[in-house]
Amino acid sequence: MASLKDLRNRIASVKATQKITKAMQMVAAAKLRRAQEAAEAAQPYAERMGAVLADLASAFEGRQDAPTLMTGTGKDDVHLLVVATADRGLCGGFNNSIVKLAKERVRRLQAEGKDVKILCVGKKGYDILHRDYGKLVIDTIELRDVKSIDFSNADDIGKRLLSLFDKGEFDVCTLFYAQFKSVISQIPTEQKIIPASVPEADEAGVHANEIYEYEPGEPEILRDLLPRNVSVQIFHALLENVASEQGARMSAMDNATRNAGEVIDKLTMSYNRQRQAQITTELIEIIAGAEAL
Amino acid sequence: MAELFQFELVSPERLLLSEAVSGVVVPGTDGDFGVYKSHAAAMSTIRPGVVTVEHADGHERKLYIIGGFADVNSKGLTILAEKATDVADIKAEDIAEQIHHAKEDFADAKDDDQRIAASTKLDDLKNIQAALASL
Repeated sequence: MASLKDLRNRIASVKATQKITKAMQMVAAAKLRRAQEAAEAAQPYAERMGAVLADLASAFEGRQDAPTLMTGTGKDDVHLLVVATADRGLCGGFNNSIVKLAKERVRRLQAEGKDVKILCVGKKGYDILHRDYGKLVIDTIELRDVKSIDFSNADDIGKRLLSLFDKGEFDVCTLFYAQFKSVISQIPTEQKIIPASVPEADEAGVHANEIYEYEPGEPEILRDLLPRNVSVQIFHALLENVASEQGARMSAMDNATRNAGEVIDKLTMSYNRQRQAQITTELIEIIAGAEAL
Repeated sequence: MAELFQFELVSPERLLLSEAVSGVVVPGTDGDFGVYKSHAAAMSTIRPGVVTVEHADGHERKLYIIGGFADVNSKGLTILAEKATDVADIKAEDIAEQIHHAKEDFADAKDDDQRIAASTKLDDLKNIQAALASL
């Protein structure tokens, strides 16, 4: 049985931990709000881009001269998986759930005999992946020095992917990230970005009835648009990821704070019980001593 | 007074401008074009340049934009730009200084990647300078 002093120390240390988790929860809540705002602000651009792309893509359906970014290389042999995770831990199952989805995918692709390459965005994803698939990871991009993600971060990654694609390093590129639903629910998602998965024209295309004049021509615009679209998709994924990370951290830290509270209650209980037992023993000793006289 | 139409300027990060205006001049890849109410539906890519927005009360606002495209339809004009800055916020001396730095970067570049990055930046800056000079 731990002594009174030991118990006192334990209680003090758990209290200190609770203070830290509480602070982390509050920081995450503040960051989450900002991340959500950023994600919302980026919505209009992505939506319009999607609408325009759907319009243009429908014009190209079934044509031979469509850009390879849209139709693919015609092969399906080399897959590049871009796994976007956080750079920091202590955010519950956030990193793990994304990596789990990616790993499943790797297993399935390898079973089909495809080549798999992995590009990690975020340190934590690499930490987990390199144990099993260290050889497949071609590079890791860390964003930990970036205070708030802006478009140029995503654009850098996008350009990187495009140059790899142009060199013929892969045929299909899939992006893994967590979609933010709410503080308690983030959904790990996979999204094919190359070849572009184009939204259905009748969902997004509001201009189906208008006759457009294209300047320069449709192919040129599409060629300009598709690389841009890759960056936009990545940007969208990164923003969702940041919001998800903070959401996951907030609920994880909320749990930790509550658990610490329970532990403190339990320890205080046994501390008091032991203190009382000690007093009782002392009293018995005194009484026994008095009676002996 | 000219009739108004809806104009939106959107960057990947956020919606920069959304209001009813009387006219906009867009720097298209094939040349500048003006958009007024009931313009025919058109879509054009954009070269780095200055967008001139004519507000309802007659005053003009100029914005420097890089990369993107313009979409004109019955609802109005939407410009998707990668970067947009108010021309009033750009100072000629700053640009000249940045060009100077970019040139130094280019000279100091150790490999091709750095050289490409430096020259892209230099081109961007020179475009801005040219656009400012032509105002």
